[in-house]
Amino acid sequence: MSAPLIAVIDYGLGNVRNMVNALNKVGAQPILTNSKKKILSADALVLPGVGAFSHGMKQLKEHALIDVIHKFASTNKPFLGVCLGMQMMFDKSDEFGETKGLGLIAGDIKIINIDSTKRQRLPHVGWNNIIVPDNALSWEGTILSGIQNNADMYFIHSYAASPILQDVLLAVTQYHDYIFCSAVKNGNIYGVQFHPEKSATSGLLVLKNLISLA
Amino acid sequence: MLKKRVAARIDIKNEFVIKGIHLEGLRKVGNPNDLAKFYYDEGVDEIFFMDAVAAYYDRNSLEEIISKAAKNVFVPITVGGGIRTINDITKALASGADKVAINTQAVRTPEIMDEASRIFGSQCIVASIQAKKIAHDKWEVCVDNGREATGLDVIQWARKLEQLGAGEIMITSIDQEGTKKGYDTALCNRIANTIHLPIIASGGAGSPQDISHLCINADVSAVAVASILHYNLSSINAIKCDLRSKGFNVRL
Repeated sequence: MSAPLIAVIDYGLGNVRNMVNALNKVGAQPILTNSKKKILSADALVLPGVGAFSHGMKQLKEHALIDVIHKFASTNKPFLGVCLGMQMMFDKSDEFGETKGLGLIAGDIKIINIDSTKRQRLPHVGWNNIIVPDNALSWEGTILSGIQNNADMYFIHSYAASPILQDVLLAVTQYHDYIFCSAVKNGNIYGVQFHPEKSATSGLLVLKNLISLA
Repeated sequence: MLKKRVAARIDIKNEFVIKGIHLEGLRKVGNPNDLAKFYYDEGVDEIFFMDAVAAYYDRNSLEEIISKAAKNVFVPITVGGGIRTINDITKALASGADKVAINTQAVRTPEIMDEASRIFGSQCIVASIQAKKIAHDKWEVCVDNGREATGLDVIQWARKLEQLGAGEIMITSIDQEGTKKGYDTALCNRIANTIHLPIIASGGAGSPQDISHLCINADVSAVAVASILHYNLSSINAIKCDLRSKGFNVRL
């Protein structure tokens, strides 16, 4: 069997090269593309992204990628959004004025609420643990399969997702008193706020799981 | 809980890892890709590649090293030294860097910080400050790897960099750098109390105790270490275990 073909959406944002490197490392056949045909024929799709929400959505529109993303999401093939890519899967964000997202998961993106008088710092940068939520789906059979509860992943962000429906919560993470959604699952649609491609062995396992779902 | 990060700082000159004292008198200590891979396997949280003489010679030449490192090091990689233009940042990111550290050019044309953070996002832009102590509780900003004093006050400059959209601040004490005598904790503490960005402390670590001493006395988010690893004085694991024994959260 040949390695699963994973399309990584190339829309002129940030460092997508490392997602390709990490997918190569775990035995996938990644392809960096914005071609509709290539995206739809892939076994799985990754939407990476760093930077501002409004800029990310603007880039997706300029590359005419919104429709093809919705089309792919409606198949049963796994689709993973990473960091800003995850955030854009939601309805909207407050970052630099309200911006509409892809609307694949109900909820919005808000700034991490910290207490700056207590020397709490933003962005939230570094290694933090992902936790199985109380009422959660088990991680079994998902992209977090085999990951230990409380495993450390690498985060770098100031905004975080608030899903409306609790049953899409796949993992939560706590920064000071703020608990936010660090992984989400809506059918075949997955989002992770952390960077699996930068989270050492645990992160690579997430990508490996994505391939085995493909 | 967010963990204290232990980052390896790899200074590079002509494709070799080098280490000096007070950023001068540079000695070769190894191959940058071999060291990066070794530190990754040992559990380092992040890697900084710094082109030690790039700003001085107006060049940057780490692309090949970065693109090689990015293929087998799956923790964040920051590149610094000689980043002068938006195009330099684009090239560094395209070769596999996750963030860039900017020092000299931020002093020459502060607008680059604002522009870069708008284009690439703040999370991508580390403002690097080289600080030289000039009086009690007073430090001056230096550029060109410590060669040139600028007259800027470090604390005011850190505040300015925060306003300009930096995502993190890396503070290097030139006085402590390479001495293995411990960090300038007063300097780190002053900066940590002034700004709300994550702070990466650099310069002076000679033992795990130097690192925990810094963390006890200043609210830094990350520590960058070089000599202690390059000269095998201690290990990443020993540093993290010492931090944990003093009550800090680390990734083990």
